Amino acid sequence: MSSVRKQMPEPAPRKHEASRIGDALAQVGACGLFLFAILAAIPKSLRHIRETVRQIWFVGAMSLVIIMTSGLFVGMVLGLQLYYVLSIFGGTAALGTVVSLSLYRELGPVVTALLFAGRAGTSVTAEIGLMRATDQLSAMEMMAVDPMAYVAAPRFLACVIAMPLLACVFNALGIFGAHLVGVTWLGLDNGTFWSNMTSSVDVWKDVVNGLWKSCAFGAVVALIAVFQGYTTPPTSEGVAYATTRTVVFSSIVVLALDFVMTAFLM
Amino acid sequence: MTQRRSYQVGTGLFILLGFAALAYLATQTTSVANFRQGDSYTLKARFTNVGQLKLRAPVKIAGVRIGSVESIDLDATKLDALVHLSVDKRYKDLPDDSAAAIFTSGLLGDQYVSIQPGGSPEAMKEGDEFVLTQSSIQLEDLIGKFLVSGGPSKPANPDGGDSAKPADAPKPDSPTDKH
Repeated sequence: MSSVRKQMPEPAPRKHEASRIGDALAQVGACGLFLFAILAAIPKSLRHIRETVRQIWFVGAMSLVIIMTSGLFVGMVLGLQLYYVLSIFGGTAALGTVVSLSLYRELGPVVTALLFAGRAGTSVTAEIGLMRATDQLSAMEMMAVDPMAYVAAPRFLACVIAMPLLACVFNALGIFGAHLVGVTWLGLDNGTFWSNMTSSVDVWKDVVNGLWKSCAFGAVVALIAVFQGYTTPPTSEGVAYATTRTVVFSSIVVLALDFVMTAFLM
Repeated sequence: MTQRRSYQVGTGLFILLGFAALAYLATQTTSVANFRQGDSYTLKARFTNVGQLKLRAPVKIAGVRIGSVESIDLDATKLDALVHLSVDKRYKDLPDDSAAAIFTSGLLGDQYVSIQPGGSPEAMKEGDEFVLTQSSIQLEDLIGKFLVSGGPSKPANPDGGDSAKPADAPKPDSPTDKH
């Protein structure tokens, strides 16, 4: 792991454009190599399965509150907005279909991933960054505990497992919110809402594709969060920057990857 | 120890909740929900044109779903569409002179098979065929008929160039039936 540490960007006040691009490339390359290091450490980390479970608790179960509230309100807003737009065309019967499709295909995985990066990614980065700053990672190496297997891999695994589950909860609450607004408040017919939804939503094309997306987003957010924490400059300022970068980079990568995956899964 | 147990229980609950949400989404809000029919029997119907009818489209009587479209095939000898309808066993008293028609739900909705019950005392049995069927109404045909029959006789149509349009309009090979 010393190789990863050596590639830490040195704080330099002024640099040429070319060397900046070189730095960015080196960062991306280091991140890619880090992914392979994590994947290689996963079999070893299965011995610390308790640690993975504990991380699922931290990144998954502790994020439930924000995911559930956001899902509910996103669903309610979707219900209101789409009801308004669809009523122009006299197509309010399609509300359930449109809400569920947009949630399963896009909003569920993407919004969950963005919230997840803010809620869980930052805490992972800050935790690992502080471990780095206080030399806990080096101490583990001295005790012959591989920090990749004990620190990095369990968090990565936990994020990949937790993200799809969180996205499902988000979707379910979103549907509930849209139902609340559309059926209970605006007076759509309950049967129409559900039967239109069930007749046009497909398990594999919509629900499962959304799951793949959220798995991939979980992996991306986890990789960036762990990498930023692992390679942070060991100062309080460095940890602060690393946390910020986690949110910024994961958001950008999630949205870009969303486009690519949508194009492939269509 | 209690600390460790509490988060393990919490994690278990979280995973359960996630899978429960997934199961709910997959079974209650998708087309899988339409599969849960118990015993069913199959009826046949021939149509000269099924239009946009799809597999698993609903079969309805009086607007109530009683089954789904099981298969749509072309009869190689008669050259018409042979549609197998899977109907719930609960509705086994369909009169054997009932008629089947393909309708569209709403102006732009999906197509479904509607059954108008007849008055015969005999009930339809497994594998029986509907005697009376009505094919899906093709919007192009309707427009074509309208243009051909109503177009030239319209009084307010001084433009001679318009008479060329009806010949073009009812093209049967237009790529899409309706939007």
